[in-house]
Order: sequence, then C-alpha cells, then structure tokens
Amino acid sequence: MAMLEVKDIQVYYGVIQALKGISFEVDEGDVIALIGANGAGKTTTLHTITGLLPAAAGSITFEGTDITRTPGYKLVSMGIAHVPEGRRVFAQLTVLQNLRMGAYTRKNRQEIEETIQKVYARFPRLEERKNQLAGTLSGGEQQMLAMGRALMSHPRLIVMDEPSMGLSPIYVNEIFDIIQEINKDGTTVLLVEQNARKALSIANKAYVLETGKIVLSGDAKELMNNEQVKKAYLSE
Amino acid sequence: MMSFLSYFINGVSLGSVYAIIALGYTMVYGIAKMLNFAHGDIIMVGGFTVFTIVSTMGGSPVAGVLASIVVCTVLGVTIEKVAYRPLRDASPLAVLITAIGVSYLLQNVALLIFGSNARQFTSVVTLPPLKLAGGELSISSVTIVTILSCIVIMIALTLFINRTKVGQAMLAVSEDRGAATLMGINVNGTIAVTFAIGSALAAVAGVLLCSAYPSLTPYTGSMPGIKAFVAAVFGGIGSIPGAMIGGILLGIIENLAKAYISSQLSDAIVFSVLILVLLVRPTGILGRKISEKV
Repeated sequence: MAMLEVKDIQVYYGVIQALKGISFEVDEGDVIALIGANGAGKTTTLHTITGLLPAAAGSITFEGTDITRTPGYKLVSMGIAHVPEGRRVFAQLTVLQNLRMGAYTRKNRQEIEETIQKVYARFPRLEERKNQLAGTLSGGEQQMLAMGRALMSHPRLIVMDEPSMGLSPIYVNEIFDIIQEINKDGTTVLLVEQNARKALSIANKAYVLETGKIVLSGDAKELMNNEQVKKAYLSE
Repeated sequence: MMSFLSYFINGVSLGSVYAIIALGYTMVYGIAKMLNFAHGDIIMVGGFTVFTIVSTMGGSPVAGVLASIVVCTVLGVTIEKVAYRPLRDASPLAVLITAIGVSYLLQNVALLIFGSNARQFTSVVTLPPLKLAGGELSISSVTIVTILSCIVIMIALTLFINRTKVGQAMLAVSEDRGAATLMGINVNGTIAVTFAIGSALAAVAGVLLCSAYPSLTPYTGSMPGIKAFVAAVFGGIGSIPGAMIGGILLGIIENLAKAYISSQLSDAIVFSVLILVLLVRPTGILGRKISEKV
C-alpha cells in the first residue's frame, strides 16, 4: 500500500475548477515530483493534501487513514510536514524560535533539543544565525530555515512547494542536495517544482500537471527523455 | 506639589484601567486581525454581573468578581464563535460592522434587563485609603489595587506569552495564520483563547472602573472602551507593552488636563494627543517597524 494515496480529487476556487480529478500515489521512501507550468494546479494539490484547501470530491489517504476532511493542523502530528511556497518563516521571531515552533506538536523537551542539534548539523548556517530574526536572513537561508522547521516535527512525509524559487544557482544546487540527504535519512518527499530538470534529476517518479489534470506520469529518468517533456519543461 | 502628585497617581490608576482594556483590544487585533468594538461593552457586562451578585443578591465582593470574570470569559468566547468565526475569511469591513452590531446588541440587552437608570455601584475594595506625607497625600485603596492589578496582569501576560505553548501559538498565529497551521497549531482554538483572556481582562477592568467611578449604566463601557482603543493605537496596536504604556500615558494626560486645563476639554485634549502622536509615528509608540528583507 502506498504511503499517500490521492484519488480523483477535485478542487474549486469559487466557480473555477482548479483540479479536475487528480490521482497519484507516493510510496514510502521515494522522492515524488509534481511538475508543470504556473497555474497547472501544483500548489493547489499540495494545499489540498495538507488541509489548507477543501476537496470538493475525491479522497486522500495517508498510511491507511482517510485525511480528506482532517483539519490541517492535525496532520502535523500524524507525520506530514509542509514547506510552503515562499518559505513563510516567522519573520519577527529568531531562527531558534522558528525551529521551536516547528516542534509545536512534540512534547519531549530533550528530544526536541536533540532534533535542533540534528537540524544544526544539516544546516550549519542556521546555528550561526540562531539568534537572528528570520526576516533578516537571505532567501536561501530562509529556505533552509523553512526546511529545518519542517524537520522539527519529525515527519515521515515532507511536502515541499517550490523550494528553489527565487534562489541563486548555488543555493538551488545546495537545496536539492539537502532534499536528497533528507530522503536518504528515511523521510519520504513530495516535491513541487517549476525547475523540472532539477526535480526530475532527484525524483524516483514524477507526474506532469497541466491545467488541473495529470497528463503524463512515470519514472523520472524516463520522463527526462520524453520528447514532450523535453520540449515543454526542459526547454530543449 | 502634593495636589500634582495626587492628580498624577490618580492618572496612573485611570490609565491602568485603560491599559487593562487596551490589552484585550491589542491582543485580539494582533492575533485575530480584527477590531473588536464590542470589547468595551464586555466591561459593562462585568460591572452588571458584580452589581447583581453583590448589591441585588447580597453575595460577597470576591464571589462577584469571580462570577464577572467567568461570565465575561464565556460571553467573549461565545461572541467570537457565533459572530466572528463564520467571518474568518470575510473582508475586514464586514467583521468591523459585525463587531459594532454586537456592541449595540449587548448595550440593548442590558437596557432591557437593567433599564437606563444609573445604578450605584458599591466598590469591591473596602480598605482604608493610604495616607502619605503626614496626611497631606491621600491615595484611595481602589487606586492602589488598580495599579497593582495592572502590574500583576502585565507580568503574568508576558510570562504566559513567552513561556507557554499557547503563548507561542499566539505569536505564530499573529504573524502568519497559514504557516501556524502548518506547524500543527489550531488557529481557531488559539483565537478563542485570545478572546477568553481579553474578556477576562475586560471583566477585571469593569470591576476596577466601577469601583473608582461608581455609576453603572448600559453605556458605561463605551467611552472607556473607545479610550482604551485610542490607548492601544497610541502605544502601537498589536503590541502588549505598547497597550500598557499607551493606557497609562492616556490616563495621566487625561487627569492632568482635567486638573490644570479644563475638565470639559480633557477628552478633546486626549484625542488631540493621539492625532499628534500618529502624525509623528504612524505605527504608535511601540509599533512594529517593518524590517523584513525580501
């Protein structure tokens, strides 16, 4: 059984249908990429999974539990973390306060401290800047903070929305390396990206979205060589 | 000199009441991003609860104060749930109009139950006044209790926000509701707690206000409510220390203006000071400067 099963979800913004029946699966241990152009429905899909948007039809199952109608805040303790588009760090709080906020659903103080040390080991820059206000960090550092904050809840599935958006090429490479590391340590990753080349290079499987529908899916390496994908998303 | 001190201390005391009310305004604004114009009328409900328990039913003042805190807390949470929560994603104007509607509703229900005649409120503080400087400076016990309550509330609230999980959730919700949800924070629950705290504080303010100015009508809460709102804006709306500083300064300015300039013009002077402060510092004394790097 897949870790996350999305079955035929439909989502509306008012009268406009943003998702016209999307189905896909995420297996435990995988990196799954959703790629597509602006407005294809990638972020909408993630927001529906993590309970920020209601699905008008369809179902979402996580580890065998139906989470279609579960309020967003309850999903964190079930094991899903969401790194939102635009990072959404708490700008007026320090780096350390942001990390602690990520552990909001956890109780054991000692374990939280241990996780903070692990996050620092993965992102040494965050430790250097732990007492700095998050709003004063650079874009790449904020992305690292958003990822570190998500890891603080000890997720089994981490959902990332456009982690490379607006970052310099050096940071983009670093962020994708870190996503791979996080995955190697046992966290399943569902990744939404406009940078299709990068996303496909680290994913096991990928789904291509166009105007609210999945138009292509399959092994990431194969999709990379697919003529249609090459033309539309890899600008070859 | 002694009379100046006396006016000043009474100003601090009046300002403490404004500060306690302003805390409710500022917390609700900071966390729920709305102006709860019914907040002032919660004060009046608190006053009438104490009046009913103590004067009508002959209960003890302590029972009256506790009952008023309970009644106001339940009322505040109920108003939030029934009137404001369904409008969570509506335009701020719709919420503002609803809040004004709730304010009129509370005033008119009180009018139906208690009538429009002013009731004589018996002070819940019955200690003798404190005499200083050989009896030249007399400070009433209500004044002292009010100032002390204000200090205790300020310290307790600061500790609550910085040391507890719910306090941290409030900080997160005030900054970014969506991101707070992603942290596993129940945003609606956090907003409800904020209303509960704000309303409990309004009850305390109601008791202190009516003890100092013992005349109670269904409109008792509206002027202090507006002034506390001014105090919150004055100090920087959304800021807890700001509400405190704004409230106390407002009380001092009002009392000194009454004593030395004109008691009729004192309110006009208070509001003029607000306008001046906002001209110089549009976000208030402790208002947040925007320091985000994009």
